[in-house]
Amino acid sequence: MAKHHVTATVNGDTVEFLCDAQETLLDCLRDQLGLTGTKEGCSTGDCGACSVTVDGRLVCSCLMLGVEANGKSIGTIEGMARGNELHPLQRKFIEHAALQCGICTPGFLVAAKSLLERQPNPTETEVRYWLAGNLCRCTGYDKIVRAVLDAAAEIRGA
Amino acid sequence: MQEKVKEPSSEFEYVGHRPDRPDGVDKVTGRAKFGADLTMSGQLVGKVLRSPHAHARIRAIDTAAAEKLAGVKAVVTAADFKDQPSEFIPAGEMMINYRDVVRNVMAREKTLYEGHPVAAVAATNALIAKQALKLIKVDYEVLPHVIDVVEAMKPGAPILHEDMYTAGVDPAPKTASNIAKRLEFVLGDVTAGFKQADVVLERAFTTKPVHQGYIEPHACVASVSEDGQADVWVTTQGHWIVRAHCARLLGWDVSKIRVTSSEIGGGFGGKTVVYLEPLALALARKARRPVKMVMTREEVFRASGPTSGAHVRVKIGARKDGRIVAAEAELKYQAGAFAGSPVQPGAMCAYAPYDLENVKVVGYDVVTNRPKVAAYRAPGGPISEFAVESVIDEIASKLGIDPIELRLKNAAKQGTRAAYGPKFGPIGMVETLEAAKTHAHWRTPLKPNQGRGVASGFWFNIGGETSVSLSLNEDGTLSLTAGTPDIGGLRASLCMMAAEELKVPLDKIRVQIGDTGQLSYNFLTGGSRATFSSGMATVEAAREVKKEACKRAAKLWELPEDAVEYTDGAVRPAGPNAGKHSPMSLKEIAGIAGKTGGPIAGYARINAAGAAPSLATHICDVEVDPDTGKVSVVRYTAIQDAGRAIHPSYVEGQYQGGVAQGIGWALNEEYIYGDDGKLQNPGFLDYRVPVASDLPMIDTVIVEVPNPRHPYGVRGVGETPIVPPMAAVANAVANATGVRFSELPMSPPKVLKALDEARANGAAKI
Repeated sequence: MAKHHVTATVNGDTVEFLCDAQETLLDCLRDQLGLTGTKEGCSTGDCGACSVTVDGRLVCSCLMLGVEANGKSIGTIEGMARGNELHPLQRKFIEHAALQCGICTPGFLVAAKSLLERQPNPTETEVRYWLAGNLCRCTGYDKIVRAVLDAAAEIRGA
Repeated sequence: MQEKVKEPSSEFEYVGHRPDRPDGVDKVTGRAKFGADLTMSGQLVGKVLRSPHAHARIRAIDTAAAEKLAGVKAVVTAADFKDQPSEFIPAGEMMINYRDVVRNVMAREKTLYEGHPVAAVAATNALIAKQALKLIKVDYEVLPHVIDVVEAMKPGAPILHEDMYTAGVDPAPKTASNIAKRLEFVLGDVTAGFKQADVVLERAFTTKPVHQGYIEPHACVASVSEDGQADVWVTTQGHWIVRAHCARLLGWDVSKIRVTSSEIGGGFGGKTVVYLEPLALALARKARRPVKMVMTREEVFRASGPTSGAHVRVKIGARKDGRIVAAEAELKYQAGAFAGSPVQPGAMCAYAPYDLENVKVVGYDVVTNRPKVAAYRAPGGPISEFAVESVIDEIASKLGIDPIELRLKNAAKQGTRAAYGPKFGPIGMVETLEAAKTHAHWRTPLKPNQGRGVASGFWFNIGGETSVSLSLNEDGTLSLTAGTPDIGGLRASLCMMAAEELKVPLDKIRVQIGDTGQLSYNFLTGGSRATFSSGMATVEAAREVKKEACKRAAKLWELPEDAVEYTDGAVRPAGPNAGKHSPMSLKEIAGIAGKTGGPIAGYARINAAGAAPSLATHICDVEVDPDTGKVSVVRYTAIQDAGRAIHPSYVEGQYQGGVAQGIGWALNEEYIYGDDGKLQNPGFLDYRVPVASDLPMIDTVIVEVPNPRHPYGVRGVGETPIVPPMAAVANAVANATGVRFSELPMSPPKVLKALDEARANGAAKI
């Protein structure tokens, strides 16, 4: 069974990899490209730990095949900081203690960034519903929601 | 609504403040390496074949075809693990028996639950490993199964273990039973007590097994070299425990196995036992290549331990003035496939928040054809206390007494003798109740279809074996190594306590969790012990560094050791005859370490004693949809005694996280079994944990009644927060609807059905 050759852009860099037809984008990111910041929590699209963006759209990378990434631009947690500068969401997550174990954090950050690109001034309810596809078992979401609202305010310059 | 923000204590420079956690950047950038994130060169993929039957005898296993498949490098079954004698040993807050552990990691004579491992394969990739599993032929004799705890206790129920006779019963029974143990705690005389009561209520409750629900599945990588030296990388709450279990199950020397704990993506008690690790080691030894094993979410649900489902009966008698005169409880807890449910701690803490004269609690530990339960946050406590706190609320309402007042009237305090034995030191039950009474939440008016409930909770907390090292580096910075995995901000807290002792900036201390070769024994992160125990050891190690620094300066200054003191991050001559030496900073002392006696370090190896209970009182508002029966939590306040909050943000985080899990337990979460004994909801879609849109902000109040046995007053805080929520929610639902719920979860169909029935006889408020 021949593997498929995939060319994609990941966090701005052109990458190539070979994958089996049934390998998910998540498997390819983690196993072929060594980008283990994207996590697997369920492999059924229910927990959001594997959240990435594909051509700007938020997806669960466990629900997309690696071959489907051909020609696409993928954004992962590893591409979120700019040099030494953390993204405001990353900074606010640390400041607000919005993580405990941290396994869900990359998925939350990718999802929250995607929210703020569409809605720079979300209400608490909008934040809660946008992030309803990301499970966190440690925090009860309180500090996560606060961190996202605070980051949104900072980005808006409010 | 604004979260209560605790002001930093002015008493300390670091403790009680809210610095950024040292592992924060790694965790927001994806650098942090969790269980499944490590790849070893030449690594194989390991997969487990699991029983499709709830209960079956294994007649034969044929692995020949799987072994012949190209790419398969090793296959193991129970034959690769020596049998173990029956012997109960402590493991966290639970007891384990290696005879059962060896059978739980790999079924021997029988499979006892759907998902029970029967074989494991290591292959060059996952696809081949999965193909190989299909080639393994297992000849099963399917046996009748039993899932429900009450059914399992009945005579004639299918027996899981033919050699299990109920312990704790006199005379000793002569027939095998699924009841592993009966236990009893008695204080005073309940019969006499009930005679004094003006009101007596007796109620029965049912709770379902719920899973810890950590987002990171179990994962490990194991490697065994040709000379028998083994390395394991694993997500665990205790890598010394993993080492001990693996050494025992494989018959290897403890020193041959080095275990490194990865970052851990949640545990809540569920990562205190072994599942994959012994299999990965056995496969790695056979294949002579590293083997990585990662559970799927489905495997996590089917084969790792949830906590018990239970049947609980509570009977409480009180006088008109609200004083409880007698209290009884009968607890029947499912242990899953092997003995060892948390019924004992459940029985011990059932009435622990109260100062009572007459108490009788009886517990039963019952095996059923389900995965063996594992610890889950305050194991056993939430179940018994849900029942007790519900009945106390009903008594308060019957007597027309405010439920907080009734609790205050009966609250345990310093000097109270608990029904399970000990006399309490300073505890914060009264303080949390007083804080609840004065909190704005308690007095805010409710809207239509809303109700308010209050409930308290207790958890013991533990200490135990702990080692910490603190090295003073040559430039005056420090390296701190602890051995209790950091799940929720431990490294931050330890760093803060070390900084406080040494008066050095936080960024001059780098803290890591060491592997089993770097420190002596550490008991696991569990029992809310990590900040307490590793904190105590950190303080001791820091004090050793200070003492050694003084010694070096004394040597240099040619003074007796007691003529030098350590204050404000420097050593100084002290006392009348010490002379006029300029103070030396820790950096300067570090610079002369080589010339004054060699490297400077503190190494604490302690058995941390003096752990103290943490009590909480929670207030919950719910809104019940009269048409659908859906219960929404609209406001929540968690008040808890922390002893002292080292890093208040992470203490609040523990409160909030425990509340969220408790709300899930109260409203959504349950293991659903079919008549075939198979789990029907082994995924996050159908086993629904609370999501962000299900919850409100969770207000917290940190009460501080310092623990006199800890240098900074720390109590454990992690487990108590999951104890009150089920009763707080149920009491709020009763307040909103006029209907009391004794069965969890209070899911919409159940609530709607009960509402319809109550409406039919005029008992519903909505």
